[in-house]
Amino acid sequence: MSTIEQQLQVSAIKSGTVIDHVRAGQALTIVRLLNLAAQHKTVTIGMNLPSRKMGHKDLIKVANYELPPEEANRVAILAPDADINIIANYKIKNKFKVSIPSLIERLIVCPNPHCVSNHEPMGSKFATLHRGETVAVRCWYCEKTFTQDEIVDYRV
Amino acid sequence: MPTNFRNRDILSISEFSKADILKVLEHAQRLKAARRPTLLQGQVLGSCFFEPSTRTRLSFESAMQHLGGGVIGFADPNATSTKKGETLYDTIKIVSGYADVITIRHYLEGAARRAAEASDKPIINCGDGANQHPTQTLIDLFTIAECQKKLNRLNVALVGDLKYGRTVHSLAQALVHFNATLYLVAPDALQLPTQASRELREQGVRFSCHRTIEEVIAKVDILYLTRIQEERFGDPLDYERVKNAFVLSNKQLGRARPNLRILHPLPRVHELLPEVDATPYAQYFEQAHNGLFVREALLGLVLGKLK
Ligand SMILES: [Zn+2]
Repeated sequence: MSTIEQQLQVSAIKSGTVIDHVRAGQALTIVRLLNLAAQHKTVTIGMNLPSRKMGHKDLIKVANYELPPEEANRVAILAPDADINIIANYKIKNKFKVSIPSLIERLIVCPNPHCVSNHEPMGSKFATLHRGETVAVRCWYCEKTFTQDEIVDYRV
Repeated sequence: MPTNFRNRDILSISEFSKADILKVLEHAQRLKAARRPTLLQGQVLGSCFFEPSTRTRLSFESAMQHLGGGVIGFADPNATSTKKGETLYDTIKIVSGYADVITIRHYLEGAARRAAEASDKPIINCGDGANQHPTQTLIDLFTIAECQKKLNRLNVALVGDLKYGRTVHSLAQALVHFNATLYLVAPDALQLPTQASRELREQGVRFSCHRTIEEVIAKVDILYLTRIQEERFGDPLDYERVKNAFVLSNKQLGRARPNLRILHPLPRVHELLPEVDATPYAQYFEQAHNGLFVREALLGLVLGKLK
């Protein structure tokens, strides 16, 4: 990410977290799932920003909050290319890429309407399968495999 | 690696190694040769059928009684508190206090795995929606091994509804261990789903797709027939066009190999004519009968009475 590009697109924050290279269209869902707007945190969202790498991307900034890597990884399936920048005093203090955990629990709503996880009061559980560049998930219960595009709903 | 079945859940055929499969078949063969009327004395089977399946239920309950065990349970979900809104988890938790092993049939996919989370007693999946029915697959393998005197390197035709039929998916998956060559015979609209054929390809299975039984009959050792349901076709005309290509009669068996055997998970409707029953190729009634011994073997193994 070039700093110029970033500064042109969204105003800089003094300290906090910038989640960059989020798949276009996923920013609001991520804010909701990570509960980023809680406790009066200031959140700035950029949507469908032009990106050399991705065509279009979303971007999320949270002021005065350091997003822990395990929290970021929890939603990595929505934004597998995301970069997390921890900002302190207008400078990047730490930068890391998200990594999709091998087991994703209590996040994805199984797209299979006949799956037991959609009918019982219970969590969901998916194993991640890496297929070259793309990632698919396999439901622990109904054993069906889904691509990222087939996942339409998440549990809050 | 030695396989320990004691207290193990039987949920999906994908969790069976080749050694696991061979162990179940070996015990089933012994139980068919010599009965063990006291093997499971004092043990209780909890038979939980949230969806009717008379054949599977009777076969498991009979297996338990042949081994000297007792049976409790329900065959009709209307009779249980599920209708009053009790969760699957709670129902199984309670039954696991009364039983030493639980068989479950449920209309939801993944229900058996959920049941296993509620129970410290072994759970045997007797069909969870369109997902898995592992004991059927073990019965199919036992019957194939019995009538062909081997399991390795056979030519197996899977015929009928390959798109929605869980029986054929599971059998194809299990045959991966035994170097089978698969002939997939189905109307275009009901061919094996892309995901399943990709998995077969990744596992190095030899297979080819066909539109009629005629194309493959002279090449195969096993002809595994399944039912084609009219309601799977959007347009009834599409069904009329293909249905006759998937009806097996004696006429089609003219070019069969002498060792060919026909399997069918039953019940049959019109895809398998009664005239075939009298040919030496018919193996499906024996297959149904074998259900008893394979299920006896599984009960004995998960209860730790067979090693
Ligand atoms: Zn599922």
